[in-house]
Amino acid sequence: MQPIIQTKNLCKSFGDAPVLSDVNLDIFAGEIFGVIGRSGAGKSTLARCFNLLERPTSGEIFFGGTELTSLKPAELYKARQSMGMIFQQFNLLMQRNVLDNVCFPLEIAGVKRADARKRAAELLDVVGLADKAKAYPAKLSGGQKQRVAIARAIAPNPKVLLCDEATSALDPETTDEILELLADINKRFGITIVIITHEMRVIETLCTRVAVISGNKLTVEEVARNG
Amino acid sequence: MDEFLREFAPMLAEGLLDTLYMTLFSTFLAYVLGLPVGVLLVVTDKDGLKPHAALNRVLGIVVNILRSIPFLILLIAVIPFTRFVVGTTIGSSATVVPLVIAAAPFIARLVESSLKEIDRGAIEAATAMGASPWQIVYKVLLPEARPSLILGAAISVTTILSYSAMAGIVGGGGLGDIAIRYGYYRYRTNVMLVTVAILVIVVQIFQEVGAKAAKWGDKRL
Ligand SMILES: Nc1ncnc2c1ncn2[C@@H]1O[C@H](COP(=O)(O)OP(=O)(O)OP(=O)(O)O)[C@@H](O)[C@H]1O
Ligand SMILES: [Mg+2]
Repeated sequence: MQPIIQTKNLCKSFGDAPVLSDVNLDIFAGEIFGVIGRSGAGKSTLARCFNLLERPTSGEIFFGGTELTSLKPAELYKARQSMGMIFQQFNLLMQRNVLDNVCFPLEIAGVKRADARKRAAELLDVVGLADKAKAYPAKLSGGQKQRVAIARAIAPNPKVLLCDEATSALDPETTDEILELLADINKRFGITIVIITHEMRVIETLCTRVAVISGNKLTVEEVARNG
Repeated sequence: MDEFLREFAPMLAEGLLDTLYMTLFSTFLAYVLGLPVGVLLVVTDKDGLKPHAALNRVLGIVVNILRSIPFLILLIAVIPFTRFVVGTTIGSSATVVPLVIAAAPFIARLVESSLKEIDRGAIEAATAMGASPWQIVYKVLLPEARPSLILGAAISVTTILSYSAMAGIVGGGGLGDIAIRYGYYRYRTNVMLVTVAILVIVVQIFQEVGAKAAKWGDKRL
């Protein structure tokens, strides 16, 4: 089976400091893949290489068989539209209401306004925020903001959803709700999910496999499941 | 008092209209030039969406040079250029030329600082969603900076207004011209005082309206 995300000899350093060296990783379609490691281990750097927010120093990154580092800018923008991403700080647009935030990636992709709004409303339903469509992000709780961010990330029907410490700013109950939502999205839409976290608990609740980053190196393990 | 009003009210009204025309028209033209330059300064910055060190430096230097020329000197220095563009060097339309040249770089810096306040996370999220740098400029940077840009516009209008009054020295038209002709050359102090009072009130109004508009449109509040 061809991996949906694959890195070959991926190296990344900032100046002289190596963060990732020689990472070879396969992530398969439909799985929930975890990445764990200490603070500063390079988890975010790895995730940001997957959509080329960070350019690797050397090595290759394949997304659905396409090598990303050699793409022209316009092709890269197109490829990124098939990869959603959510963040610890939510990163919503504060001057747009919830519905228009979810419409954003659809506008980027050139979807017609009426269709975009229809799709966005459907997704707000999926994340349980249909009643907040007209609210502005400043008026939402952390958990609600992350739900909006999730709706926004999956609006263009991406193949992959990258989650960088998506629950680290949330309390334990809200974290569980968000993890449940992610599991649901994975099942319902078949979106591959990559979870970056420093909490083993998050990995244990969701992931089938996990990459452990330590000392610039990465080892992939199966996650033991009890129950 | 009645006497005074009968004598000067029509002239003051005309002066006020001239001042408003100069100020608003200059502000508009200065934004046409300054806004894109401000955006370019942010976009070509080393942490920007499309870093371009050479272009960034050139723009920065041009802006700094124009900003460091005192307005009175600029006013006189651009006279040949003004004559070429407008056909005359006195009156309100002639004053628009130096006002635009003085205000555009100032506005470029205001726009630059407004856009730099935008949270990097929002820009990063848009990048991750596949937005092009141009899409990020007009769908993220400018809309997210709207309240700050409106405040900047209020500052610009009031600054340009006070500069336009200075142009009275060289027969620039408007209230500043009246203040200098009557107050300075003819010792009609009361005319000058009334003129200054009108200027103060106009500045207050622009500033208040700008601040209200910025606050009213800010969805973070
Ligand atoms: N833009 C950058 N410039 C320089 N160094 C950087 C940059 N981004 C990250 N680093 C460094 O790379 C290392 C890995 O950072 P990264 O953010 O990937 O860690 P992380 O595992 O995500 O940590 P955390 O759990 O704190 O988020 C750190 O030592 C960090 O200081
Ligand atoms: Mg991190």
